[in-house]
Amino acid sequence: MTALSALIRRDIRIALRVGGGALIGVLFFLTVVVLMPFAVGPDLALLSRLGPAILWLGALLASLLTLDRLFMADHEDGSLDLITMSRTPLELACAAKALAHWLAAGLPLIVATPVLGLLLNLDMVATGAVALTLLAGTPALTFTGMIGAGLAVTLHRGGLLMAVLVLPLSIPVLIFGVAASQAAIVGPMTFGAPFSILCALSLVSLVVGPFAAAASLRHGLD
Amino acid sequence: MSGLDQGKMQLSGRGVACVRGGREVFSGLDFAAVSGEAVAVMGRNGSGKTSLLRLIAGLLIPAGGTIALDGGDAELTLPEQCHYLGHRDALKPALSVAENLAFWADFLGGERGNAAASLEAVGLDHAAHLPAAFLSAGQRRRLSLARLLTIRRRIWLLDEPTTALDVAGQDMFGGLMREHLARGGMIIAATHAPLGIDSRELRIGGVA
Repeated sequence: MTALSALIRRDIRIALRVGGGALIGVLFFLTVVVLMPFAVGPDLALLSRLGPAILWLGALLASLLTLDRLFMADHEDGSLDLITMSRTPLELACAAKALAHWLAAGLPLIVATPVLGLLLNLDMVATGAVALTLLAGTPALTFTGMIGAGLAVTLHRGGLLMAVLVLPLSIPVLIFGVAASQAAIVGPMTFGAPFSILCALSLVSLVVGPFAAAASLRHGLD
Repeated sequence: MSGLDQGKMQLSGRGVACVRGGREVFSGLDFAAVSGEAVAVMGRNGSGKTSLLRLIAGLLIPAGGTIALDGGDAELTLPEQCHYLGHRDALKPALSVAENLAFWADFLGGERGNAAASLEAVGLDHAAHLPAAFLSAGQRRRLSLARLLTIRRRIWLLDEPTTALDVAGQDMFGGLMREHLARGGMIIAATHAPLGIDSRELRIGGVA
């Protein structure tokens, strides 16, 4: 446990320091969502109907933005060699790194959501629903994204490849995330059904992601 | 340094073969090393010195043959008892010298020594709070050496350990290696330059 908490603390510390990835994601999210009302125009009804989708898309792209570096930085400076050799199973180390990434880069997106909801004419209930679905859904984005990050290590210039690999996997998360938010705002579906599926997607990715990422890292040893 | 002192151990490889990118680097390599001994792996560029160290560290899968450790800690695998010091220093520029060292000590676990004393031994005690981004190549290497001292492991796999070290640094490092051997450690180093300690030579890939 000390090993894993040390890894999580280190990654969060690096992400929060100057040049770390945490701020980049939030700034990107902010930019996308702030620009959207200007592009869509002053139709408030339209804006509030598109709101959840805009927030979800912004969060999706923002969380993928820095994810391709998840293992790449450790690979480049040799840390990944030592992590692979250590007593900590690689699967657990991968899970710890993804968790640290979510805490540093995913959680701030959710915190920023209520502020950005104001710009999109979302009321309290709608903002709460979007924030809740993001809280349940963004772990799935991080943990499926880490599979792509693991593959990107072996393939040089894997950043683009990662987007191509990971975006299809994140489509279900996007569909059910937006569906659950819409259900809470306008109905007629119940909030529970899509939200449960969203939670299920997150739980599945929590299990599958670390194993798949560790397998691709092991395969790519050189 | 209690656990280190006891027990003889022997690292041996039989018929080890290595294939990188479809090309055979070496094959049929036999080697052995016992505790208290340093082995200098020599050979021309591309002969597979680094590959051999990475095979021992479990970072490459041998294409043939076996590598086994007799003695040592039966609960741990061979890589878990090794320190691997590669070309890259495994340091995070955003973290300070002390934070980098503390992270590896916490993460790698096992028996640990005093981090501050290790930094002093490699001559970095004055820079403990400096971000690693500001270190020179030689200082970065010294910090990696402090990792070897802080976390006690019996087998050191060193890849060109003396590059970037100045003359005083090489002397200091020679002293540290002699201490490690005296405690029953084992050193396997890939090198072109003399190690500065008594060592047995292992030539791979024909004449240098």
